[in-house]
Amino acid sequence: MMGLDSTHVRAVVRKELQDYRRKRSIVATMAVLPFVFLIEPIVQIFLVPASTSSSVLSKDLSLPLLYLLLIPIIIPATLAAYSVAGEREQGTLEPLLTTPIRKQEFIMGKGAAIMIPSVVLSYVVFGILLAAVGLFAHPAVSAAIFHKGPILLSLFLFTPLLAGWAIVVGMAISVRASDIRVAQQLGTFASFPPLGVIALLAVGVINPTFSVALIFAAVLLIVDVRALRIVSRMFDRERLVTGAKATRSGAGSTRHRFII
Amino acid sequence: MISPDQTADVDGGADGRKPEPAAPASDAPGPTITDARALGGTKAPSALVVNKLTKRFGERTAFSEVSFEVAHGEVFGFLGPNGAGKTTTVRTLGTLIAPTSGSAIVAGIPLSPENEVEIRQRISIMPEAPGLYLRLTVTENMEFFAGLYGLHHADTRIKDALAAVNLADRAGDLCGGLSKGLRQRVGLARTLLSDPTIMFLDEPTSGLDPVAAREVHDLIAGLRQKGVTIFLTTHRLDEAEKLCDRVAILNTTLRTVGTPAELREQLFKSALVVKTVAPLPDPDKLFAGIAAVDSWRLEGPDSYLLSVSDPRAAAPELTRALVSAGADVLSIGEAQHSLEDVYLELIDEDVEARKR
Repeated sequence: MMGLDSTHVRAVVRKELQDYRRKRSIVATMAVLPFVFLIEPIVQIFLVPASTSSSVLSKDLSLPLLYLLLIPIIIPATLAAYSVAGEREQGTLEPLLTTPIRKQEFIMGKGAAIMIPSVVLSYVVFGILLAAVGLFAHPAVSAAIFHKGPILLSLFLFTPLLAGWAIVVGMAISVRASDIRVAQQLGTFASFPPLGVIALLAVGVINPTFSVALIFAAVLLIVDVRALRIVSRMFDRERLVTGAKATRSGAGSTRHRFII
Repeated sequence: MISPDQTADVDGGADGRKPEPAAPASDAPGPTITDARALGGTKAPSALVVNKLTKRFGERTAFSEVSFEVAHGEVFGFLGPNGAGKTTTVRTLGTLIAPTSGSAIVAGIPLSPENEVEIRQRISIMPEAPGLYLRLTVTENMEFFAGLYGLHHADTRIKDALAAVNLADRAGDLCGGLSKGLRQRVGLARTLLSDPTIMFLDEPTSGLDPVAAREVHDLIAGLRQKGVTIFLTTHRLDEAEKLCDRVAILNTTLRTVGTPAELREQLFKSALVVKTVAPLPDPDKLFAGIAAVDSWRLEGPDSYLLSVSDPRAAAPELTRALVSAGADVLSIGEAQHSLEDVYLELIDEDVEARKR
């Protein structure tokens, strides 16, 4: 891979963040969706009786916490699915591709612009949950949660990695999709594999330990990097540009110049 | 004004005169290439050299065996009907799509995958639709593209580019609130940002009102005077005739290249138009007696089109003959065929050829 020009990447990130801020649907989604995902864990955590045995308590509290990992999957998947298909549909992709930006820089810029708000929002929601638990939950429940080291490590470690996964899957769909709606619908596929892992954790097939968390994180990192390279290869300027259509008509006239 | 004053890396044009266009590619399709103007004395390297360039999409040929050269500082018009391959040619030269065969040198750099970024650094393309981010302001759009061209501290450059298209007072407006014409001007300002060696303008006056179109024409004329090479794709033949040093007519294959005057000379015989107050009693006899007139035909009840080899030599003799015959002459003028006539003649030839 050729060296990336950080000026190009920064320009894309800055533009994307400006564009998000001005698009109400994105702002509303980013503001509301994470807190919707917060409701369920809070309700579950606060409904667990403090008298529950520590082993049952530990199991009952794992799933609500892991449920929060859907935030860094759902938000970026939608945005990533829009990233290229949206540019193409609004006619901004061709002018952009006529500039010296490389496709890797474009993908990195788009990805970073999606990653930054998604990860920040996810961490904010985790912070709110932990603060609420620390302040308002029964001390036994609170202690049980704060002692769930592997789960808490997973939350913080997996958030950017899962966001990265959702972004590359969303972008892979976006560079191939001819329609934004189709891209966004297919973008939800990004959540399927992580949901499967969460389900395996919930039913006890996978036992959450520090080493399991670290192994999963390492595997996810490798998958993200590989997937990013695949997206880069899928990014075909010619295919993306030649979908555009243009027609115009013109007129002229015969005239004569006077000699006398 | 940004582009005229800050333009660099161009040959000629510094004195404000139109630089001479280069001769066409040596291996250009012989019969259809009419332009043979060479640079006087030393030959400057061309801004654009296209040699037998072909692009196919599967079975469909977008354009085939296209060859031409564009000199530095030249305004080169690229005409053709819908589907002729004009936009695909621009996209190919702009490294957006890869040619199927042939070669090109764009802004001094051979067109190849490894040179794509360097070529895009030296050129700018304004597609038919300006493609602006409608939720961003004019300045934010410009800042984005300045970043993509790697321009640091581009404030002055952005201001100058907007001033060049008379949009300085709209810099803070959201692009979504601008009219189509104003958006087109923002698109044009964007192409000025990077001080390109070659500007590819695809229908730059599309959708503009006459005043705005005239401003764009003035801007293009100013850029030409300062030596920027402009590759202008247009359907407006009057625009091409007014702005372009040379034009090429493309209809999948290149039909012709030359100055508008050369193309007219190539396709149409010189003619005089005579208008009288009343119909001439015996025009056949009158015109047959004038040596300079090759043939004639009626254009209207009191109007005659005379085919001549040299209009300036024929006009005085014709005037004398008409006066001697007692005709009340309203006007004698040289018939001028527009670029549209040339265009239609060539395109009609293609249509007829396909019918056969």
